[in-house]
Amino acid sequence: MTHVLIVSAFMFFTGVCGFIIRRNMITILMSIELILNAVNINMVVFNKFLYPDQLQGQFFALFIVGIAAAEASVAIALIINIYRKLSSINVEQVNEMKY
Amino acid sequence: MALNVLMFYLLSAVIVIFSVLTITSRRILRAAFFLLCVLVGTAGFYFMVDYQFMAGVQLVLYAGGIVVLIIFSILLTSHISYKFPQPEAGRLVMGLLVGIGGLVLSTMAIMKYAFKATENAALKVDMNAIGTQLLGTGKNGYALPFEVISILLLAAMIGAIIIAKKGR
Repeated sequence: MTHVLIVSAFMFFTGVCGFIIRRNMITILMSIELILNAVNINMVVFNKFLYPDQLQGQFFALFIVGIAAAEASVAIALIINIYRKLSSINVEQVNEMKY
Repeated sequence: MALNVLMFYLLSAVIVIFSVLTITSRRILRAAFFLLCVLVGTAGFYFMVDYQFMAGVQLVLYAGGIVVLIIFSILLTSHISYKFPQPEAGRLVMGLLVGIGGLVLSTMAIMKYAFKATENAALKVDMNAIGTQLLGTGKNGYALPFEVISILLLAAMIGAIIIAKKGR
């Protein structure tokens, strides 16, 4: 089981790395999806190998997928609005509210 | 090598390679396609541990919903063959430091911890068990989170429509 946890940890930190490196907002959103998927794999693996008599890990993973879908749709609505105003989706150019 | 060990290594290779390619690709549409491959590999992993419902949900919602949404928004906000400039060195070093440091730390923590499995009999996971527990109100029931997430999805849908509407 620890091999699967190492794979999902790798995917998690790849997502974190991509979140820090990338400048385009949509690629930042893709890194967030990588992070959420890694957490999902963790939940399912803990359910299957440590507690096979319950279904809690699977339900938690299901709710995480639902929340990720809602969050991705709101994020893309915001990105489209920002693109209309600033005509670019670089995170460094969204600085009108900066102190 | 046993076949399920071979499948595990194959799926892990798919997930690892395509996730690294997602964050380092310079063309944005290719990054979205590599994300799709990662999600399909994850669904294959769920099939391997016998959680077919979860794999089906992953394929329909993630691969068929969110990635399509991401590709639509890529086409709405930038050119289809948009090519990124190279990231600058300071940000790259910081990102790699955080990523590799965190990976080493969590790998050490995983290898040292002794995971203890429960000794109860395994529950047979089929649609009957999933359905009765998801909508049940007894001890292991999940009816309340189910209702809350449907309200959340409604709120997200209304919010997204209002935010993305063209102003007057």
